[in-house]
This record gives sequence, C-alpha cells and structure tokens, in this order.
Amino acid sequence: MTHLNTFEIFLLLTILKIVVVLVITLTAVAYTVLLERKVLGRMQNRWGPSRVGPFGLLQPLADGIKLFLKEDMMPLAVERPLFVLAPIIALGCALISIAVVPFGSQTMVHVNGGPGFDLFEIANVNIGLLVVLGVTSIGVYGIALSGWSSNNKYSLFGSLRATAQVISYELALGLSLVGVVLRAGSLSLRDIVNSQSHHGMWSWNIFGGFQIVGFFIYLMAAYAETNRSPFDLPEAESELVAGYHTEYSSMKFAMFFMAEYANMITVACVATLLFFGGANTPFGHVFDGIFSHGLIHAVLPIFWFVFKILMFLLLYIWVRATLPRFRYDQLMGFGWKFLLPVAMVNILATALALAYHG
Amino acid sequence: MVPIAYYLVLAAILFCIGIAAFLIKRNVITIFMSIELMLNAVNLTFVAFAHMWHQVSGQIFVFFVMVVAAAEAAVGLAIIIALFRTRQTLNVDSVNLMKN
Amino acid sequence: MQTALFIIFGIAAIAGALNLLFQHHPINSALSLVVVMMSLAVLYWSLGAEFLAAAQVIVYAGAVMVLFVFVVMLLNAGVEEHTSGSKIAYIAGIPGAAAVFALLAFVFLKNKAALGTTQLGGDLNNVVSNLTEISHTLFTSLLLPFEATSILILVAILGAVVLARKEL
Repeated sequence: MTHLNTFEIFLLLTILKIVVVLVITLTAVAYTVLLERKVLGRMQNRWGPSRVGPFGLLQPLADGIKLFLKEDMMPLAVERPLFVLAPIIALGCALISIAVVPFGSQTMVHVNGGPGFDLFEIANVNIGLLVVLGVTSIGVYGIALSGWSSNNKYSLFGSLRATAQVISYELALGLSLVGVVLRAGSLSLRDIVNSQSHHGMWSWNIFGGFQIVGFFIYLMAAYAETNRSPFDLPEAESELVAGYHTEYSSMKFAMFFMAEYANMITVACVATLLFFGGANTPFGHVFDGIFSHGLIHAVLPIFWFVFKILMFLLLYIWVRATLPRFRYDQLMGFGWKFLLPVAMVNILATALALAYHG
Repeated sequence: MVPIAYYLVLAAILFCIGIAAFLIKRNVITIFMSIELMLNAVNLTFVAFAHMWHQVSGQIFVFFVMVVAAAEAAVGLAIIIALFRTRQTLNVDSVNLMKN
Repeated sequence: MQTALFIIFGIAAIAGALNLLFQHHPINSALSLVVVMMSLAVLYWSLGAEFLAAAQVIVYAGAVMVLFVFVVMLLNAGVEEHTSGSKIAYIAGIPGAAAVFALLAFVFLKNKAALGTTQLGGDLNNVVSNLTEISHTLFTSLLLPFEATSILILVAILGAVVLARKEL
C-alpha cells in the first residue's frame, strides 16, 4: 500500500464504501418488499409468501429472476429516450441520497498519516441535509417523465397527480426539518446526530428537543413524498390502472418498484438521524461499562441504526394496512392548509424557545 | 487553477444562447425558459466574482436572484395557463389581439 | 481537479443550452435546461458556494423546472410551429447574440490576468464557513431586503392563485 498516494487510497476506499453500501441497500430493498408482504399478510389474516425457501425467505430472489427474465415490452407510441430515462432517474435519485447518511458512530481510519476517512459514512458533507432534500426533489422528474413519455392517459394522470403532490408536500417536509436544524445549528447530518448524543433518548430531538410536532409533520409529508399509502393516489389501482408505471414492464418496472422502497429506506434513515439520534443508543452512558470493548463497541451503533430503521419500515407497513386512501382534494387541502401552517408554527415556537434559553 | 475569465466566458456563452433562444423560439414556455437560462448565466458571473473578491455578497445576490426567479416563474406560468385557457395556443405569434 | 470539473460541467452546460435552442419540443428544452442548472450547481460548488449549489438544485432544478415540466404536461404543448416572425428572428437573432458574445468574451479575455484564478473550494476572508457567513449577512445587514423578498413571494403566490383560477 505504500506506493499509492493519499488521493488514490481515498478513491479506492470511497469506491469500496459505495459498493458495500449499495449492495446492502439493494438487499434491504428486496427484503423490505418481502417484509411488507409478510406483515401485510399477517395483518389481513393470511400467510403472505411462504412457498419459496424456508418461511418464503427466497421470495425476493424469485421475484428478481422473474422480473429480469420477463420480456421488456416497448409500446409503440412512447417517447423512447425519455421512457428509458425515467426509471433510471427514479432509481438513481433514490439511491444517491443514501451517500450522505452516517450509519455508525464516527470511526476515522488514518492511512499513511493522511486525513482520516470516516468508515461509516460515504461522504460527510457540511450541507448533507440539503443534499438529501435536493436529490429527493430531482427524483420527481422520474415520475413526471414516465407518465408523460408513456403517451397513456392513465399514466399522465398518475404522474400529474404525483408531481403536484410531491412539490406540494416538499414545502411541509422542508419546513418540518428546520426546527431540528435550529437546535443543532448545522446542516451536516453528522453534527445533527452528535448534537443528540449526550443523555441517551432524552436528548433525542423527538423527546428532549420537543420536536414531536415536527416529527409527525415530517412523517406525513414523507409518506406523501414516497407516494405511499394513505397518500398513494398516483398509483391508485381502482382509478388509474397502475398510475405512472402502467406502461412499464420487466426491469424498467422493477426499477420503479425498487425506487419506491429505496425511498422508504431513505426516509427512514433521515427520520432516524434527525429525530431519533441516528446511531446513538437510547440508554446514553448507562451501559458504557459493559459494552466498551472492541468489536461490540463498534458494531452496537450500527445495530441501533438498523433497528430504528426497521421500526420505521414496520410503521410504514402498519399505516398501509390501516388507513384508507385520501381523496385528491383532501390530500391537497391537508398539505397546504394543515401541515404547512403547523410546520411554520413549529419553527416559530422552536426559534422562540431557543432564543429564550440560549 | 482555472482563470476567472474562463468562468465569465462560459457565462457569456450561456447568456448569448439564452438571447438567441429568446429571439428564435415561438413557444411561450420555451421563451420563458430562455429567460431562466439568462438569469442562470448571470448568477454564474456573480458567483465567480464573489470567489474572486473573497466576499460573500455576490453569493447573497445570487440568492436574491433565485428568490425573484422563483416568484417570477410562479406568476409567469399562471399567466401562461390563463393565456392558454383563453386563446388555446402557446404560440406567441398567435397572441395578437391588440394588434391592428 | 478544478480544471477537470470546469471542463466537464462547462461542456455539459453549453451542450444543454444548445440543446434547449435546437429542440422543438418544450419538454426536451425543459430537460436540457435542467442539465444546465445541475452543471451550474457543480460549478458553484467548485467555486466554494456550496449553499448556493444546494439552493440551485432545490429551488431551480427541483421546484421551478418541475413547475415548467408540469405546465407543459398539463397544457399538452406540442411541437412548436414556425411562422414568418421566426424567420426574422433567425436573421437578426443569431448574429446579434454572436456579436454580444464576441464583445463580452473580448472584454473578459483581455482582462484575464487582472481577474486572477480560482482555487477549489472557497477561501473567504476570515470566516468559518460559507453557510454561516451567508446567514449572518442575510439576517443582520441585509435583513430588510430579505423581508422584502418574503413579501414579494407572498404577493407572487396570491397572484398565481388569482391568475390561474377558473373564473378570471
């Protein structure tokens, strides 16, 4: 390793991190689909997939092979370049934003005495939160273009609905995070996590930071952003066939499908980082004596991070099994007339409280 | 180590393409887009000059330009929708009610 | 590094702008404009304006251009037709734009030495970070313009709602 200079080592390590994170994320996406089918099945008094492998554990593999081997149909009337580009944009944007998420506690690796490389985060960007928001807002193009280029009225309606819904709820989403940013005084996700690490769960933003209102606004806006139930109007089967991806088949459909679940995971990551202390334990320094040595100390933060994300995914599925779909005017009214004002009041209250205390 | 002048030339290229598109295009929406392109080109010069003087004021000016551009886009697109509703066209040459 | 970034994204920006000029369908023009804006965001970042880069992506590429694409889809705008007016525009427009470009490029390149060169990332005069400096200036010395823009946005929202309503 001595003949490589610092920049080359940095590049190699970064590529390695990207590959590892990508593989883990895609596997997680596949198994989130299985989890959803299983849990939904149990909630509706049936088994869910159980034939492929033990407990249906190989079902994602079977689904993947099926989608991969299906004929890739290209309808005649589509706008070909955009039709191909749309799922790539959707999946790409869903996966990019995971690059700024810190998975574990800051672990610096020093090579040749150079600047440290953070082991559990691909890129520590000082505007990480804005990067996540920006990449999410670019993801709208995937949906908008898929509907338009399909040349199908159901697709067009689905994508018009989705676009309007996403740009409306983006406001409430962005404003709900301002309270957290005010408390942390930074836009770097690492700093925001570190600001919640002092007293276990009592310093998490949702409890100690009194950001519980902001958290619920974020949760609802994020459900709308990811087009999940109860805000899944863009793909309402009963009205729009399958919404914006009606004309898609095979791998292109699979990319939209994966993009949806990858977006869910991103939303869960951001919620964990901003409101639930990221990779910090909920117990603070109580058990420091027991878990202070070596491997457990390094792995435990990742365990907590994955655990919190899993809880969010279960919440997603629970909500989907419980709530019926909104009507479209109700959806818009809810976003503009309820979530947005409440988010503003939340910012005002947080700012006043900080000004009073600080 | 790129000279600031190259950034400015890049901005000039974008600005002039914006001018040409503004003059040539006949669709109201595309004309509107070329205005946005020109605004972006000017923003690039602001950022380059801010970098040159090691000052943040140029960047703040860009921030204000962005805010105004967003407001302008909202109103402009509303006007375009109203126009389309009354005239059923987006071609600027067909919108000549006040002529003659 | 800076040179590579400048060349790649400068060419991407110019290609996007030319594509905007030569495409006949508004949605293709809109997408090429998105390419221009994303490349400009990278250039801003390389010039040390990371907040503006993020704002460019969120506000321009993520909101304004989505609105454009949305309106194009909503109105189902087709390929633009050419009329007699466009011929005059071709004859006058392209030489005019070229003349303006020649003038600007001449002035900039003549003063190339005086303008200096760039370093990757910002080096503002004795400040911690770009973000804190921007917010500090914005909320102290430029508070009045900032508040004025908020009023402007409010007026714009109301205007857009009134204009786009069914019964005018």
